[in-house]
This record gives sequence, structure tokens and C-alpha cells, in this order.
Amino acid sequence: MRGKFQWEHAVLLLALVLLTVGTYIGLAVAPPERHMGDVQRIMYVHVPTAWIAMLSLTVAFVAAIGSLWSGKHKWDAAVVGSTETGVVLTGLLLSQGMIWARATWGVWWDWDVRLTTSLVMFILFAGVLALRASVDSAERRASWSAVAIIVAYADVPLVYFCVRWWRSLHQVQSTPETVDAAMMLPLRINAFGMLFLATWFIVRRARLELAQRQVEETTLPERRSVEEVQHA
Amino acid sequence: MSLASRELPSVAATMAPPRSPADTPAGAISGPSWLNNLRAMLAKELLLEWRNLSRLGSVALFGAVTLVLFSFVAPPQAGARRMATAGFLVLALLLSSTLSLSESFRKETHHRALTGLLLVPVAPSAIFIAKAFANFFQLVLLAPVLIPVALVLFSVDLTATSGVSYPLLQLLAVWALASAGLAAPGTLYAAMTSDLRGRDVVLPLLFFPLVVPVLLAAVKATALVLSGDAMGQLGSWNLLLLIFAVVHGTLGTVLFGYAVEES
Repeated sequence: MRGKFQWEHAVLLLALVLLTVGTYIGLAVAPPERHMGDVQRIMYVHVPTAWIAMLSLTVAFVAAIGSLWSGKHKWDAAVVGSTETGVVLTGLLLSQGMIWARATWGVWWDWDVRLTTSLVMFILFAGVLALRASVDSAERRASWSAVAIIVAYADVPLVYFCVRWWRSLHQVQSTPETVDAAMMLPLRINAFGMLFLATWFIVRRARLELAQRQVEETTLPERRSVEEVQHA
Repeated sequence: MSLASRELPSVAATMAPPRSPADTPAGAISGPSWLNNLRAMLAKELLLEWRNLSRLGSVALFGAVTLVLFSFVAPPQAGARRMATAGFLVLALLLSSTLSLSESFRKETHHRALTGLLLVPVAPSAIFIAKAFANFFQLVLLAPVLIPVALVLFSVDLTATSGVSYPLLQLLAVWALASAGLAAPGTLYAAMTSDLRGRDVVLPLLFFPLVVPVLLAAVKATALVLSGDAMGQLGSWNLLLLIFAVVHGTLGTVLFGYAVEES
């Protein structure tokens, strides 16, 4: 394994190039928004973060079904990688949204549909990570976190609909027809950059999980026997 | 011990012939043996509830104490107190539910009783439905204590509400739907966390964000019953509570087998 080039590093390199180019165009080339001015430029990182956070958690959901269905370690490793990446991205999404909200709405936080849904999603999946950290048995850790992810993911639409019936401050989604082409370009470049960066994180974390599992399986019996000897 | 000696024969009498694990996928529901399993599990849960009524009393007392504490921090104006009643009442139910949920599986982990049931074999889905029903039943039984306490503490007159016919029945219906919404996912999570080191932290951490729809819908529906439903919105909030309970009840029935399977 050591010294062997792994494909995800090429993806990371591509991600860094795309994010650098996209951010440069977003900050220096794209025009400022008519009403918000330069503050709107946070969109070039905020919207890609939102898309890729949702995508990561969707990958976690699919991997959780795969983990329960097959019981194979690689699915559980994918669950860990995508859940942790999704939670970090959702945390970043909330932070960026708060900065944008302070500048445009005048408040750091509002109990709006999308903010509330994102916050609940963040806590739901962070809870899954807390559950995972509390379970010693690797098999149980895999099946319980898969069950918790499926339940949490199924809950997100319900959370969305229940808070949607309250008044909303957040704008509706923009489309290519409502956004200037000069703004769409950096948005798309950064979205792909974020996608590749998240892919790198997910794959690296999954590899780490598989390696940890291998270590646990190989060293635990020895430890157990030492403890047994000491106890005796 | 006496309970086990009285209960196990009835469960064993209704059990299906032993099957290989490949024949019994987690949560499988099929045939009359499953119904027998469910009937035996329901009887067991209700018997346990009957023999642990003092436990239910403690949970009800806990809920009443939280309402008293909420009344201390509620604004002194009568109108503001009435408006806050729905939120405090549903929060009291939510906090009480964590006590009863976490306790519901603790007795199953003693002497590995749950493992014994699974080895009989009893269908995991039957165990889940019976346990969720028992938890639902417990939460519904809190209503006769918590609702009067809240109405008295926050000076709410149910006969004065407009646009709602039979307000007490409507309030009980909201309470029952909210209880179902809490019991369905709560039972699944309680099963997973009952054996953990930090179960008292992990269960609320998983459970509270999950039941946000129940919290919001139940608060809104309760507020409509208490303060009048001029726009006829009560039905839609009740429907949301029902959908939540059905979705999570179904998920729990399907996934429970994976949550309790032995590694």
C-alpha cells in the first residue's frame, strides 16, 4: 500500500485547481449583484457547499442500505466517510449562511424553512456520529449507524414540510434562467471543485476506517488474551 | 423471576418452528405464527405495564414537575401564559417520553431477555410493534395527569375556545397522535441505546432532532385547540402527526431486526 499512487489524489488535485479558478472568477471577474453588492459573492461557496452536503448525506443513506443489505465492511466504511463529510459540510453551510444572513437580513439566524431544516439535519447526523462513537462492537457499530442514518434521512422531508408551513424568509432556489451567465460559471466550477474535494475526503476516510477495522480485527484477540492472562 | 417463569411458556407455546437465520430476514412479517408472536408480545408488554404502574406514576410526576418549573419561567401576564401553554405541555410530554423510552428496553437487557426472545424465535417486528404500542400506551396515560396540571397552572379555560368542537376530545386526539409519533422512532432508538455507555446522552441526542416535526405539529395543533381554530388548520397538523407516526412505525418495524441482531 505504501508508496502506491491512489486515484483519489488526482481527484484532490483537480478539486484544488477548480476551487482556485472558480473562487478567482467569483471574486474578481463575476459582476457584483445589483442589490447585495459584493456580499453576494459568498454564494459561490455557499451554494456548492449546500449541494455537496446533501449529496454526501445521500451517499451515506445509500451506503447505509448497502451496509445493512450486504453486511460488508466497505459499505460501512463508505457510511463513515460520507456521513462525516456531510456533517462537516452542513456545519460549514450553516456558518456561511449565518454570515450571509447577517449582511443581508440583518440577523445571524432566523427560524426559516431551509435554515431550520439544515440545522436539524446537522444535529440528526451529528447524533449518528455520537452513536457510532459510543459502540465498541464493530458489527453493531455498522448496523446501528446504518439504521440511524436511514431513519434520519427519511426524517428530513418531514422536517422540511413541517417547517415549510411556517413563514419563510429564505429565497426560493435560483435557476440558470434567473442567474446571470457570468455568475453561473464560477458557481458551476466551484460545485465541481467541491464535489471532487468531498470525494477525496470520503474515500480517504473510508480507507482509514477499513485500515482501522483491519487493525482491530488483528490486534484485539492478542489484547484480550493478555488481559485474560493478567486477570488470571 | 416469577414473571419470567409465568411468561415464557406462553411465548414458547405460540412460537413458530425453529428456522435458520436465512429464513427469517430482519423484520419479516408473515403468516399466523407472526400474529401469534405479536399477540404474545402485546400480552407480555401490557402485563409488564400493569405490574409497573408505580413507574408510570413516577414518569407522570416528573412531567408535572417540569410543568411547574415551566410555569415559574412563563411570563406573568395571563394572555402570554395561555399562549405558551401548548409549547410547555408538549415539551413536558417529550421530556417524560425520554424517561419511559430509555427504561422500556433496560429491563430487556437484564439477563439478556431480548436475546432469549429472539432465540425462541420471536419475530423482531412483533417485538417492536408490541414495545412501541406499550410506549405509546404509557404516553397516552400521562394525559389525564399532565393536561389538567397545565390547564390549571397556565389558567386555560377549554370551554372558552372558539372554532373547535369538543376541545377536550380534540386535545386528547392531538396528544394520542403526538404520543404515537414519539413512541415509534423512540422505541427503535431506545433499543439501540439501552446497552450503551453514554445512553442517557446518546438517546436524546438522536431522538430530539428526529422528533422536531412532532414537536412543531403538536405545539401548533394544541395551540389551535386551546386558543381557537378560526381557519380550520387543525386537521392538517393532525395529518402531519399521523404521517410521521406511520412513516416511523413502518421504518421501525422493518429496521428493528437489524438493530437488535446479535453480532
